[in-house]
Amino acid sequence: MDPRLSPPPPVRRIAAGGAPTVAQAPPAATNGHVPNAARAKNPKRLPRTETTPVERMRTEELSIAYGEKLAVNQVSISVGQGEVLALIGPSGCGKTTLLRSLNRLVDLTPTAARGGRILLDGEDVDSFDVTQLRRRVGMLFQQPNPFPMSIFDNVAYGLRERGSKKPSRRELEPAVFEALHRAGLFEEVRDNLDHPALALSGGQQQRLCIARSLAVRPEVLLLDEPCSALDPLSTATIEETIVALRDEVAIVIVTHNLQQAQRVADRVAFMYLGDLIEYGEVDQVFTSPVAERTREYVSGGFG
Amino acid sequence: MSAHAQSRAPAALIERLRTAHRESWSLGDLVGVAAAWAAGLALCAIAAAIVIYMMVQGLQYLSISEMFSHPLPGLDQSQSGGFLDPILGTVVLTILSTLLAAPIGIGIAVWLTEYGKPSGLARAVESGVEVVAGTPSIVLAIFGLLVFQEGFLSFLSYEATDGVAFGRSFFAAAAMMSLIALPLIVGATREAMNGIPRHVREASYALGKDRASTIRRVLLPASRRGIGTGVALGMGRIVGDTAIVFILLGASLRLESQGDIPGLQVLQGTGSTLTTYVYNNSPAGEGGSPDKAYAAAFVLLAIVIVLNFGIDLITRGKGPSWTRA
Repeated sequence: MDPRLSPPPPVRRIAAGGAPTVAQAPPAATNGHVPNAARAKNPKRLPRTETTPVERMRTEELSIAYGEKLAVNQVSISVGQGEVLALIGPSGCGKTTLLRSLNRLVDLTPTAARGGRILLDGEDVDSFDVTQLRRRVGMLFQQPNPFPMSIFDNVAYGLRERGSKKPSRRELEPAVFEALHRAGLFEEVRDNLDHPALALSGGQQQRLCIARSLAVRPEVLLLDEPCSALDPLSTATIEETIVALRDEVAIVIVTHNLQQAQRVADRVAFMYLGDLIEYGEVDQVFTSPVAERTREYVSGGFG
Repeated sequence: MSAHAQSRAPAALIERLRTAHRESWSLGDLVGVAAAWAAGLALCAIAAAIVIYMMVQGLQYLSISEMFSHPLPGLDQSQSGGFLDPILGTVVLTILSTLLAAPIGIGIAVWLTEYGKPSGLARAVESGVEVVAGTPSIVLAIFGLLVFQEGFLSFLSYEATDGVAFGRSFFAAAAMMSLIALPLIVGATREAMNGIPRHVREASYALGKDRASTIRRVLLPASRRGIGTGVALGMGRIVGDTAIVFILLGASLRLESQGDIPGLQVLQGTGSTLTTYVYNNSPAGEGGSPDKAYAAAFVLLAIVIVLNFGIDLITRGKGPSWTRA
C-alpha cells in the first residue's frame, strides 16, 4: 500500500491522569474542513490546570475597515492570562484582522481604519508606544519565519538593541535559554545554538518562533493559524506548548481547524462576516451553540 | 528475480511513452526543438571558441614578467614593457567604483522596496535608474568630463589652466563607472528584498522593532545573495567597460599620481586599465604591440570568468525556506 494513503500515525499524548495514552492525530488532508464523521468523535481536550483567568486584553466595540469594506464590526471580547481564546469562522470573517489589531499590526495597512477601543491591562493600546505594545503582545505567524541568523541570535533578537548599551551574549544567555525551555525546544538545539535557524525542521522553526516571542516576556501571545503549515506531529507538539503556556501568558489563537480549537481553547469566539456571532466556553460553543450560524459552522454546514 | 522484473517493466513503459511522444510531434514542433538545440549548441561553441582562441593567443605571449613590469614608451614590442599598471588600474578602478555604487544602489533599492513614498518620487527614482541603465557608457563618459572639468571639482583631479579642472582621474572615472554598476545592484537587491514575504517583516515588527532595525538585521542579511549577485555583475561591467576609461582616466598608460594629498594622489591621477591597454596596443589603436594586446585581453577575460564563477558560488545552494514558499 502506498504509504501516502495510509492514515497518519498515532501521536503520544500525556493524559490528565498522567499515564501516556494514544490519540489519533488530526488528518492532515482535511485542512480545517473536518468531515462530520471525524467530528463525531469529540476530540480530546489537552490536559490543563484549572485556573481562574485574569483579564489582560479586551476590545470594546472594535470596528476595523479596509477602505469601504468593514472587516470587523463592533466586536467586544476579552482574553485573560490562564486561558486560551480561539477565534474561529470561515475565511474572510475578520478573525485575522481582529487578531492583528491587538498588537496594532493592522496599522501597517495604509487603508485600514479603526473604531472602538482595545485595552491592555485597562490601558488603551493607542496610548502605548507601538514598539512597547508589541513587546507586551507577541505574535506567531502561519509560516514559520526564523530570521537568517543563528538559533541563539533569533531568540535574542527581541532583547537586543533595547537601549544604547548592547548586552553581551553572557548577559542574554539566561533569558534565551529560558525562552527555549518554555517553547520546548532547548533539549533539541542546546548543542547547535550557533547553527543557522533556517536549517531546522518546520516544526522546530515554529517552536523557535515561539521562543523568540517569549524571550521578550509578552503578556499576550497572538497565534495566527500557527500549525497550518506543519505536519500532524509538529502540530501536536505546538498545541501542547500552547496549553502549557496559558498559565503565564494570555493566548489568542486564530484557527481554521475546529478540532484544534476544541483541543487547546478554553473559550471560543465565532465570527461571521465581521460580526461576533457567538462567544463562550469551548464546550458550550461546540455542543450547544446559541446561534444557528454557529451550529451550522461547527457541524460542518458551511465554511 | 522479482526485483529485476519490476525494474524492467517501468523502463519498457518509459521507452514506449517516449517514442509515442515523439511520433505525435508535429513538424513545426520538431523544427522548433531542433532550432533550440542548434542555438544552444552554437552558443556553447562560440563561448568555447572565444575562450580557447584567447587562451592560445594569450598564453603564447603572456609571461609573468609582463604582468609585473611597467609599460615603457618603446615602439617595438620588445621594448614596450609589461602591463602591471593596467592591471592595477583595473583593480583600483573596479574597487573604487564598487565602493561608490554598492551603498548607493543598496540604499536606493531599500528605499524603493521599504519606503517608496511619495509614490511619485518612487516612480521618478525608478525611471531614473532605468535611464542610467540605458545610457551608453560613452555618453556617461562625455557627461562626466563636462562635470569634472568644473573648477570647483578640481580636487578630484587637478587644476589645469584658468581654474578649469583637468577632469580626468580615477575619481572621475569611478564616479561614472559606478553609474554602470548601479542599476544592476539596485535591480538585484530589489528583487531579493521583494522576495522576502510580508510576514517576515511583520515578525520583526511584532517583536517591537522599528523599520530601520528590521532592514538592518533581517532584510539585508536575508538579501545577501541578491546583493552579492548584483555587485558581482556590476563589477563585471566595470571591468569590461572601455569608453569611460578612455575618456575619463586620462591617456597615460602608467599610473600618474597628481595632487599633494598623501594616499589620494593615485586616485587623483590618471592611468589605464586592461581594456584601454588592449585597445591601444591592438591594430585598432596605435597597433604597437598586438602580442601584448592578446596577452592583456586574456588576463581581462580571466578576470571576468573568475567574477562569473564568484556569482555562481554566491547563488549556489538554497535560500531561506520562506523565500522558496
